[in-house]
Amino acid sequence: MQPFLEITVNGQRREVRADARLCDLLSELGLDGAAVAVERNRKLVRRSDHGVTALERGDEIEVVTLVGGG
Amino acid sequence: MGAGTPVPVHEADAPLDVGGISLGSRLLVGTGKYASFEETRAALEISGCECVTVAVRRVNLDAAKGPSLLEFIDRKRCHILPNTAGCFDAQSAIRTAELARAILDTPLIKLEVLGDPKTLLPDPVGTLEATRELVRQGFQVFVYCSDDPRMCVRLAELGAASVMPAGSPIGSGQGILNPNALRIVLELVHVPVIVDAGVGTASDVAFAMELGAAGVLLNTAIAGAREPLRMAAAMRDACRAGRQAFLAGRIPRRLYANASSPLEGTIAPGGGPAA
Repeated sequence: MQPFLEITVNGQRREVRADARLCDLLSELGLDGAAVAVERNRKLVRRSDHGVTALERGDEIEVVTLVGGG
Repeated sequence: MGAGTPVPVHEADAPLDVGGISLGSRLLVGTGKYASFEETRAALEISGCECVTVAVRRVNLDAAKGPSLLEFIDRKRCHILPNTAGCFDAQSAIRTAELARAILDTPLIKLEVLGDPKTLLPDPVGTLEATRELVRQGFQVFVYCSDDPRMCVRLAELGAASVMPAGSPIGSGQGILNPNALRIVLELVHVPVIVDAGVGTASDVAFAMELGAAGVLLNTAIAGAREPLRMAAAMRDACRAGRQAFLAGRIPRRLYANASSPLEGTIAPGGGPAA
């Protein structure tokens, strides 16, 4: 097993530890506890599942927040 | 959520009950395009609005972490209505709604399924499809749509909490282009009709409210004004004035004059000494 795997976060390629979970990624991005929501492969991952969702090679992650809009 | 100032009986109005929330102000305001978060906060407060829209976007992973928009919205006074702006197909809009709900824990969603980036006119087929699915998922769906009366009726029948016909294209400032279509929508649709988009200035808001709209949603008309805070006050007053005029009932239009002063008892006509 390789120590790292490659995923995409908001369209950017990124390497994470092979045993990383979604909460680890958010923590690495400095976003734990922030007002964000996350999709993994176009499916919403509920906040309560961030700690149990393992990342896999090629995952496409979207991390969104709220911005000004009309 | 209303302010504590007592309202005289002759100005009394019911709150706007829509999508499970109750709004003391019928003006809904967007949070886009302000010069700063401080200006956003001031404009929202001055406008008196109790419902604000926000958009859902990717977190910028390269930028330094700054303050969040949410810190500048008084959530004790204002409900937050997230939108699906920027979605050009039903599936993206549905996913965006789910993401918004996950952040805010609110069933409210302002659904936009747009046709193309140049006109930003709603795509009717995608809008119907997404409305059906989001209603099924238990969202309170505020649907941005065209002013086509049949489209508005169909959206209400699907269970939309509010239909929100555009007065004119988003951000265009053209005002209410087709008041007759809007009159028909207001007659046929039995959920709150909130005019969304196209407002250019205060008279556009007053006009929409005089026609009987339940509310008006705007953003650029305030944020893009030379003095946004002064315009926020103008929009607040226009919304109240238009609503009061609607409730009071305008006089019918007539072709000829109808004197306000008595025609009897006027002095003898003409000048000079009597013959």
